[in-house]
Formats: sequence, C-alpha cells, structure tokens
Amino acid sequence: MTQETPLWEVFIRPRNGLSHRHCGSVHAADEVLALQAARDVYTRRGEGLSIWVVRSDQITASDPQTKDETFEPTASKIYRHPTFYEIPDEVGNM
Amino acid sequence: MYSQGLIGADSSTTESEEFLAAFQARIDREEKIEPNDPMPEGYRRTLVRQIGQHAHSEIVGMLPEGNWITRAPTLRRKAALLAKVQDEGGHGLYLYSAAETLGVSRDQMTEELLAGKAKYSSIFNYPTLTWADIGTIGWLVDGAAIMNQIPLCRCSFGPYARAMIRVCKEESFHQRQGYEIVMTLAKGTPEQKRMAQDSLDRWWWPSLMMFGPSDSDSVHSEQSMTWKIKRFSNDDLRQKFIDATVPQAEYLGLKVPDPDLRFNEETGHYEHGEIDWDEFWRVVKGGGKMNRDRIADRKKAWDDGAWVREAALAHAEKRRARQEATLEAAE
Repeated sequence: MTQETPLWEVFIRPRNGLSHRHCGSVHAADEVLALQAARDVYTRRGEGLSIWVVRSDQITASDPQTKDETFEPTASKIYRHPTFYEIPDEVGNM
Repeated sequence: MYSQGLIGADSSTTESEEFLAAFQARIDREEKIEPNDPMPEGYRRTLVRQIGQHAHSEIVGMLPEGNWITRAPTLRRKAALLAKVQDEGGHGLYLYSAAETLGVSRDQMTEELLAGKAKYSSIFNYPTLTWADIGTIGWLVDGAAIMNQIPLCRCSFGPYARAMIRVCKEESFHQRQGYEIVMTLAKGTPEQKRMAQDSLDRWWWPSLMMFGPSDSDSVHSEQSMTWKIKRFSNDDLRQKFIDATVPQAEYLGLKVPDPDLRFNEETGHYEHGEIDWDEFWRVVKGGGKMNRDRIADRKKAWDDGAWVREAALAHAEKRRARQEATLEAAE
C-alpha cells in the first residue's frame, strides 16, 4: 500500500433555510464512497438533510501570511457601517 | 472516548522570543489558533501527538466493547452497544482529521499505531471479562473521558476544540447507557450484584489512572496549560471525577474498592488512597494484559481491509479514465 486514499472536506446543511457548513473531512477513494463515509461519520443523529463533499486538494485558500493586507480594508472603511452616520433620535429607528 | 493527559510529548521549541511572545499574546486573548496560522513547532508537535494518541484511543477503545456485541443479553442492549462502538469509531475519525490539519498524514498515524510506536490510553489494555464490564466501561471510562474532554472543547487549537464539542455531545449517551447496565445488575439477583461489584473492583483504579500521572510527575503539563491546550491539571480532573462518581456508586449500593477513601467535610472533596503508578507505567509501556492483542487485532483489521482499499482506488481510477476517454471522444 503506497497510495494514500484521497482526503475530502465535508459540508452539511443542517436543515432547509440554512447554508451548508464545513464539519470535517473523510478519506475515500471516490466521491460515491466519500458521501457514504460522510453520512456515517457526520450524520449519525439527524445532523443534516444534505451533504456536499469536495476533494481537499481542489480547494484554493487565502494565504494566512497575507491576512493583514487581505482583510485590512474592512477595518479602515468604517463609513461602510450604519453606525458611522449620525441620525437624530427624533427620526426614529432607521 | 478518552485522552490520557499526554504521554511523552516534546514541547521544546526554538522560535525567537518575539515570535513566541506574539503567539502567547494571541492565546492569552483566547483567540483560537487555526491550522495555517503561524505557531511554534513545539505547539504543533504537542498537538499532533496528543490528538493522535486521543484518536488511537478511540479506535483501540472499540475493541474491548466490540468483544461483547454478539453476546449482549437483549436486543436493546445490543443495538445500544453497536451504536456506542460506532460512535467511538466516528470519534477516532473526527480526531484523525483534526490531527491531519497539522500536516501529519492518516497513513503515518496508522503506521505508528500498528508498529506499536504510538501510545493510546492505558485503560484499553485491560480485558472485558464479563457483561458487567460493558456497563462499568460506559459509566467509569466514558465518565472519566467526559471529565477530560469537556475542558478540551475550549482548547486553543480550533479543529481539536470543534472535534471535542461533537464528541462530548455524543459521549453523554455512552455514560448513561453504561450506568443503566450497572444499575440493572446492581438491583438484580445476588449473583448479578456480585458481578457488578467485581467489575467495579477491577475498573476503579485503572479509571483513575486515565487522567494521567500525578501533577508532580507530569513533565509536560505546564507548557500545555500555558498554551491552553489543557485547562485543568491531571490531579484536578481526577478529583472532579472521584467527587462525581463515588455518590453514583453509593446509589447503586456498590463499594468503591479503596479502603482509604473518605469524604473530607472541610474541603467538600473525597480523599483517595495511593494510586499504583508502577502499574500505570507498566501498562502504558506495553506490559498490560491486552497490549499485544489490541495491536494484533488492529493490524489484522488493517491487513484484512487492504484489498478493499486497493479495489476502491482501482475502481475510482478506472472510472476517471473512462470519463476522460468519453470527454476526448466528444471533442
């Protein structure tokens, strides 16, 4: 045995109205077995209504080393938030 | 099911003071560390080892209970035991996948276990001689595991903490089904009650050892506490377990096999007798009754499953090649 069984990331929709959420990973030879394994490992107690599996090596992720540059603009542009604007109390809830 | 403090981890690390201080500041702010974040090598190594030992314990922990599935006394008990053992397998898989986020491969971990190089909880190297042991394991062993694992839900490493939250949610059923089994026996015939007592006699001390060596002998505890991998010391957790469990035994009319056990009115805690640490180290180092059988069983399962893994991969490859050929033909 030299070849490692591929790794798959598992996403589960807990119920309709919610989006799929990452919950862990499984090893499986192909997508059919990956779904089967995900069902056995992550939904033994009614945790979901729908499962997605994606090959882990197919995911492209942002670089944690560039976290500051990548996400800094959201912190400096405070005018993107509603609390930046002064509205008199008399106007009521807005 | 369980993690035994940590046996033999090397938390030494060589990063600059500045790097370590910045990392510690994140930990102190209760920020979770995620797999791709910068982290000291000692932190990574400690976690790989601890999560790996924890995963192995779940997997090996299936064996003593699996021993009784075909001999469960009723269909209700059998269904519950099957579900419990399946959960343990699931817990092992959550944990392996948490460890893999740190850059260690599943095959590497499996190889270390099968080669006898990786440690797992000493408790699984004791034999399950009677049906009562299945009850006692659920009650004491899963009970001790819960004590250990609840604080791990707040561990500083995100994937480990998330896995622990899932595990703890499921573990509570394990303890309750175990206690129910022991209760049934304790309230049964004199012979059944004797069986329950005999089982408690055999499992009590090994269960206390599950929390790992005493704080004074636990070399790596301090660094793990500073990094918030661990939240409570081995002795503190052991004390909590004893305080919770002794009244449960009394309720059943069973006697905890410790002549020195007494309740201290002043502190509100039970005081226990000396733990046989020689036995603990002997079992951890491979000298337990079942060490050899456990590894042999895992190895057999792994070897017997080889053709399935190979066939599944070959089938996947064939399907992929066929799909590619169809696509090429269509072009």
